[in-house]
Amino acid sequence: MVIDEQKMKSLSAKLVQDEVRGRSPWADARKRFLNNKGAMLGLIILILVSVFALVGGQFAVWSNEELDFSVMGQVAQMGQPSFENGHYFGTDNLGRDLFARVVQGTQVSLMVGVVGAGIAVIVGTLYGATAGYVGGRTDQIMMRTVDILMSIPYMFVLILLLVMFGRSMSMLFLGIGLISWLDMSRIVRGQTLSLKNREFIEAARATGVPAWKIIIRHIVPNLLGVVAVYATLLVPLMILTESFISFLGLGVQEPLTSWGALISEGAGTMNYGTLWQLAFPLFFFVITLFGFFFVGDGLRDALDPKER
Amino acid sequence: MIAFILRRLAVAIPTLLLLIVFSFILMHMAPGGPFTAERALPPQVIANLEAQYGLNDPLWLQIWNYLYNIVVHFDFGPSFVYPDRTVNQLIAAGFPVTLTYGVLSFVSAIVLGVSLGVVAAIWHNSWVDYIAVGISIGAQVLPNFVMAPLLVLVLTLWYGLLPGGGWSFSDPSFWIMPVIALATSYMASIARITRSSMLEVLGSNHIRTARAKGMPEHRVIIRHALKPAMLPVISYLGPVFVSMITGSVVIDMYFSTGGIGKAFVDSALNRDYAVMMGVTILVGALTILFNLIVDVLYAWIDPKIRY
Repeated sequence: MVIDEQKMKSLSAKLVQDEVRGRSPWADARKRFLNNKGAMLGLIILILVSVFALVGGQFAVWSNEELDFSVMGQVAQMGQPSFENGHYFGTDNLGRDLFARVVQGTQVSLMVGVVGAGIAVIVGTLYGATAGYVGGRTDQIMMRTVDILMSIPYMFVLILLLVMFGRSMSMLFLGIGLISWLDMSRIVRGQTLSLKNREFIEAARATGVPAWKIIIRHIVPNLLGVVAVYATLLVPLMILTESFISFLGLGVQEPLTSWGALISEGAGTMNYGTLWQLAFPLFFFVITLFGFFFVGDGLRDALDPKER
Repeated sequence: MIAFILRRLAVAIPTLLLLIVFSFILMHMAPGGPFTAERALPPQVIANLEAQYGLNDPLWLQIWNYLYNIVVHFDFGPSFVYPDRTVNQLIAAGFPVTLTYGVLSFVSAIVLGVSLGVVAAIWHNSWVDYIAVGISIGAQVLPNFVMAPLLVLVLTLWYGLLPGGGWSFSDPSFWIMPVIALATSYMASIARITRSSMLEVLGSNHIRTARAKGMPEHRVIIRHALKPAMLPVISYLGPVFVSMITGSVVIDMYFSTGGIGKAFVDSALNRDYAVMMGVTILVGALTILFNLIVDVLYAWIDPKIRY
């Protein structure tokens, strides 16, 4: 903050004395969000899962790459979850500690979700805002391109990309992000069109601000509410996409792992009676998706202009 | 209407050509070729192989040949890994399977989803509604790759009711689990969309009028509410179709049903580019065609749309 905090406080105190304080739309939205039980539950779940991903590794007795030779070969009998030998979630089929693996998978899945959604949000917002602001034929061509790209089965193209350019994390981030900005750009374009003719944009244009600066400084900040809502809904979709690819064995590579890969492993071995290998990753996957969906719905209800 | 269809085709066909060219260039740029084996082949053998598959021609000629063969002969060329089989054969072997459980899943997701949504909207805020909403929220976090293992666990391992994998055209017990696994999450989404649009329609003026003139409730629902309530559902069918085709990859992998998804994943693991491209293009063509059908359907149902 550039403004002196002391001054701000005295000013606000004075304002309170002078008149009844009005509620800002953001305060309203925050209140609506805090009153939404589902959204708050979702938020708590997400915080807990994030804490698990961040500090869970500190509590792991075994590392995620170490093989426990005492349970190897008899995982079904000896590898079940137990506090005695430090395998809180049991071991996987090779005798690796499932707790450490789930912590790592959670980190990878959450990261793919957030980074993928981040790329999608940045590309989609800039693209949509540009198309909407410039308008005319440029807009036509840009949105037609989006229509065309939307009709392509993106999962197949993504797998094609992954196979051809190597299955690295960065390729996964980039591929998932670059393929999922299309919806975002449509939403942002619609919002931009309604902002474009407002007085403050006109004022900026009249004083000679260049177009790109108007987009970045005046249009994009006014879109943040909508963008935030859809970003929250994008993250679970990214996690789903990544898990899907990893389930097929085409996603992240060993020793890295993710929820999809762990679910796939667990599902492959469940007829040996090692159900915990499926249950633990599945549990984290399901509650996280729940959390994101609830928070996203809550944000939408809180920020939707129709609600006010 | 015909002009509208033609206009849409004018966009659809270049899109498909673009997809073909794009995936071909991707394949060309990819490091490592189909003949990069663990044991290095003599240069003469590689040269012969490349000459046979036309890999020495200039890029534009390769693209042109590929396009020409697809468009004129509907021929996707030979597989790079199984020299005795063509891409067409590999795809044709799996396609009927995918089509069977795909159509079944699609239809059951729509029928069950719409019914659930309508029922929930009619008895809004009753226990029926709560159960329907509960199912649709729960199913949202159960995508096909989660449903598949859970179904096998319960229905095959615990109760032994159904075969855990494989496929047979004559025995529908092989069909049940693939269809449930594929359809569940889309059924839930369709139910949610139907419910909210049905609620909106039921609160509108023409429904009030229909009720006011004494029309029986079931006719109000069937004749006047259902059709406008279907519009958002129809616009959702395109994405459902794409996701189901994509999901079939998981079904084919997990249930060993042997559809085209299997061909796709195998080729992805083998770096058999020809098959991958063939499947991608086929799926792309189906998707574009289906989106065209959905658009036409939409324009036909919604009188407000001018085409």
